[in-house]
Amino acid sequence: MGRYSAFDLARHGVARNGWPRAWHNHDLRRAYDVVVVGGGVHGLATAYYLAARHGISNVAVLEKGYIGSGGSGRNTAIIRSNYLTPEGVRFYDRSLKLYESLSTELNFNVMFSQRGHLTLAHNDSSLRTMRWRAEVNKLEGIDSEVISAPQVKELVPYLDTSSEARYPVLGALYHPPGGIIRHDAVVWGYARAADSRGVHIHQNTEVLGIDVAGGAVRGVATSGGKVATPVVVNATAGWATLISDMAGVTMPITTSPLQAAVTEPVRPFLGPVIVSGSLHVYLSQTDRGELVFGSAVDPFPSYSMRGSLDFIESLAGHVLELMPSLAKMRVLRQWAGLCDMTPDYSPIMGQTPVEGFLVDVGWGTYGFKAGPVAGEAMAQLIAEGKTPELIAGFSLDRFMRGELLGEKGAAAVGH
Amino acid sequence: MIQIPCPHCGERNVSEFQYVGEALTRPNPDGVGPEQWRSYLYLRSNPAGPTVESWFHRAGCRRYLKVERDTVTNEVTSVTLPGRGAPQP
Repeated sequence: MGRYSAFDLARHGVARNGWPRAWHNHDLRRAYDVVVVGGGVHGLATAYYLAARHGISNVAVLEKGYIGSGGSGRNTAIIRSNYLTPEGVRFYDRSLKLYESLSTELNFNVMFSQRGHLTLAHNDSSLRTMRWRAEVNKLEGIDSEVISAPQVKELVPYLDTSSEARYPVLGALYHPPGGIIRHDAVVWGYARAADSRGVHIHQNTEVLGIDVAGGAVRGVATSGGKVATPVVVNATAGWATLISDMAGVTMPITTSPLQAAVTEPVRPFLGPVIVSGSLHVYLSQTDRGELVFGSAVDPFPSYSMRGSLDFIESLAGHVLELMPSLAKMRVLRQWAGLCDMTPDYSPIMGQTPVEGFLVDVGWGTYGFKAGPVAGEAMAQLIAEGKTPELIAGFSLDRFMRGELLGEKGAAAVGH
Repeated sequence: MIQIPCPHCGERNVSEFQYVGEALTRPNPDGVGPEQWRSYLYLRSNPAGPTVESWFHRAGCRRYLKVERDTVTNEVTSVTLPGRGAPQP
């Protein structure tokens, strides 16, 4: 596999002979050392770090559709690390650091734009939580501070910061390293880099069953045939329960759609990512000039990915509350992705009662930003056989021990 | 928008209702250990397909309802009134 470079670009531009495929199709082997279920950023990152850091390249990534067709291609691509608990902050900051160097590491431009991230406070209690978050962030060495309404206005001139607003802006938590990224490029970059190190990516290959005997994983039945393997990683989002059921592991998960929408492109006018927890909305302007809006998950569990009119109606109302000048913007499309919600708004990572059946699931509405660190940690777990300290708190048995994590305050809505 | 035929109020938009959860049988807290109690609190079957759930008609009759729904198509196949106390599956 050739390296992408300016020279390469010029050479292909002159020769016009097309680009080589970034990753390849393979026949399904009869056996793999590791089978990863789910070809999104989590699954592909796990496969990549297994091959790149630990020399384990006899790995298959099974994807029932095309890679990045699930949550990795449906999220709103926001990256940040200004969480509430020290564990959460450390974890997401590791991910942010990996994202910062990802273009170089993968030799693939993932277009990480660190344009800053603003979480608006509309009342005293949320301002208090933001001060708390800022202090925890600073202690952990994260660039994060509470700023006043006039400072917010300076950063985002189009925001309605007047006191006449239904929910006036009192201040904001400002997180300069936060930003947005090209989510498809992250998937493609990991896929290309993993493929070049010998990982097999099998698209249109659905997992139909998991073979468990004597309390340990033996293999996987797929739509392309049977595969023997001692290690299966469930790295799905939306189907975490269904895949885990195949191994006989019950999950504390409910699946709900999260809807998002995008407008027609306009000239750049919005710098930072804007989040309003009180209004249940977050928005950013992409490099192409489109405005991307996201909201909270739908109010009841479902595996349906159909958009709804009441969502776009309430979303539009909330966006206009923040930026009345957007009234004439036209929405191009809306879509939904599936989110596996856990009771404590934290993921479930690591081992399960079935030996060799590992999970990296329950990523709710915050999975994309954690893709690199989750892949790195899962790869380490597989290679070394013991759970890395960084993810020890996310184990499945925390629910049975009653040791839930409290990340709802910073994870729900506040993307 | 999906609609739920409330036995009291008729066909109403889902936004009038509050989803409560999968219809579960609460174990007797005095008779079970922490594992079983926490299983009841946290573990869910979360099926892709037909399921039985509890809903609350928040902006209507304010009664709890037993709803049978397909989670893939969102088709509601049956809405009935549970007995007194907690909704039973």
